Amino acid sequence: MSTATVVTGLGVAAPNGLGARAYWSATLARVSGIGPVTRFDASSYPVRLAGEIKGFSAADHLPNRLLPQTDRMTQLALASADWALADAGIVPGTLPEYDMGVITASHSGGFEFGQNELRALWSKGGRYVSAYQSFAWFYAVNSGQISIRNGMRGPSGVVVSDQAGGLDAMAQARRQIRRGTPLVVSGAVDASVCPWGWVAQLASRRLSGGEEPTRAYLPFDDDAAGHVPGEGGALLVLENADHARSRGARIYGEIAGYAATFDPPPSSGRPPGTRRAIESALANAGATPGEVDVVFADAAAIPDLDRIEAEAVSEVFGPRAVPVTAPKTMTGRLYSGAAPLDVAAAFLSVRDGVIPPTVNTSLSDRYDIDLVRDVPREAPVRTALVLARGYGGFNSALVVRAFGP
Amino acid sequence: MPTASPFGVDDLRRILREGAGADEAVDLDNDILDRQFDELGYESIALLETGSRIEREYGIRLDDEALGEVRTPRALIDLVNEQLPTGRTR
Repeated sequence: MSTATVVTGLGVAAPNGLGARAYWSATLARVSGIGPVTRFDASSYPVRLAGEIKGFSAADHLPNRLLPQTDRMTQLALASADWALADAGIVPGTLPEYDMGVITASHSGGFEFGQNELRALWSKGGRYVSAYQSFAWFYAVNSGQISIRNGMRGPSGVVVSDQAGGLDAMAQARRQIRRGTPLVVSGAVDASVCPWGWVAQLASRRLSGGEEPTRAYLPFDDDAAGHVPGEGGALLVLENADHARSRGARIYGEIAGYAATFDPPPSSGRPPGTRRAIESALANAGATPGEVDVVFADAAAIPDLDRIEAEAVSEVFGPRAVPVTAPKTMTGRLYSGAAPLDVAAAFLSVRDGVIPPTVNTSLSDRYDIDLVRDVPREAPVRTALVLARGYGGFNSALVVRAFGP
Repeated sequence: MPTASPFGVDDLRRILREGAGADEAVDLDNDILDRQFDELGYESIALLETGSRIEREYGIRLDDEALGEVRTPRALIDLVNEQLPTGRTR
């Protein structure tokens, strides 16, 4: 039995496109989803732009019973999981329920739902709090609801490590597949464009106060001054390679390698963990730096963090030796959802032989990287590296690779 | 002459829809009085939410244990009407 983990289905909810097809065509056409916050009145907040998903009506996608008990992030996640399963050609009820798991990441849980219920608690009293608050704001709720909806009772869980979590969840899914579970739905969708979410995210001091959508999120630019937050992400169907082949599934590629590191304390004098994460993930994939065709950057747009990432890439791969891109400049940073979306983009790059662009950024001459700017770059892509870093020192790196003889 | 219950099945239908939604496979407008709540697509948390909304709207308190034992709309309607000043069990 093969131990390779392959991806057979993509489900995407992104600010610049609902569904993998819409997201990918928007991304290649440089369509950005960043604009003024519309989900609440942000005029009194220091951050007023967001990557919002427009035109998603949960009632169009989900059973009515689920609507009163789900946060927006869960509604988006359930729809994305449906799309991923349909894309994979999986009808959940036809597989043994313990053969399918759900492992997602979460940044903050269901903040919008939680905020509404806490408001009811403070303003009206405990009897006005929804019984569904008991789970609707949990970190694990997306995994739980996807599991219930699709009858998936195999190994399941949630990983919480900010933006790195999206990769950490997929790595955990890969471990479970190696241990014998044929299929795991994995990835992440976050959505907390609401006052409580805003206040929590502002505490990181990493958000951009920019007012102009094309100038607010500029990773690797001399004018980098934080990121625009966004909502969305991706869920993917991860499958044992033999399982996928035996049912004749279309295979996007393989989750070939992964590593996670943790930064040392700032005062330690030891280097940050980003480079070590890249090197370890490549080693885990059995890949040399020269085999990597593109790097999807974490792209923090904080000068120190951009420098750490650019240096790690140029140290491992050589100066300007590998194309680097950040299509998240068109979505904002999606927290746990960001890296699974990048993984989906990486597989689409493999499929189509094109690297999606980084928009709006002018590359600072402080960074010795080959940033794919402004327009997509046609190039054969067989191996891609996806990087994600989480607040507090998380570094994760995932290698995806074309799969086949 | 019997008076109509102050809390009837139409009130329950409305509160179920508002608080917990409705299963597409179930028509709540059918005769549901003696159907099991789980057949109608409502689990225990849905009943908890429904009970809580009834309490708020009608200014009553439902006994938690009694609410937990309710299996049908008729039983819930009876439980509510027992708490209402002019209530009658049907």
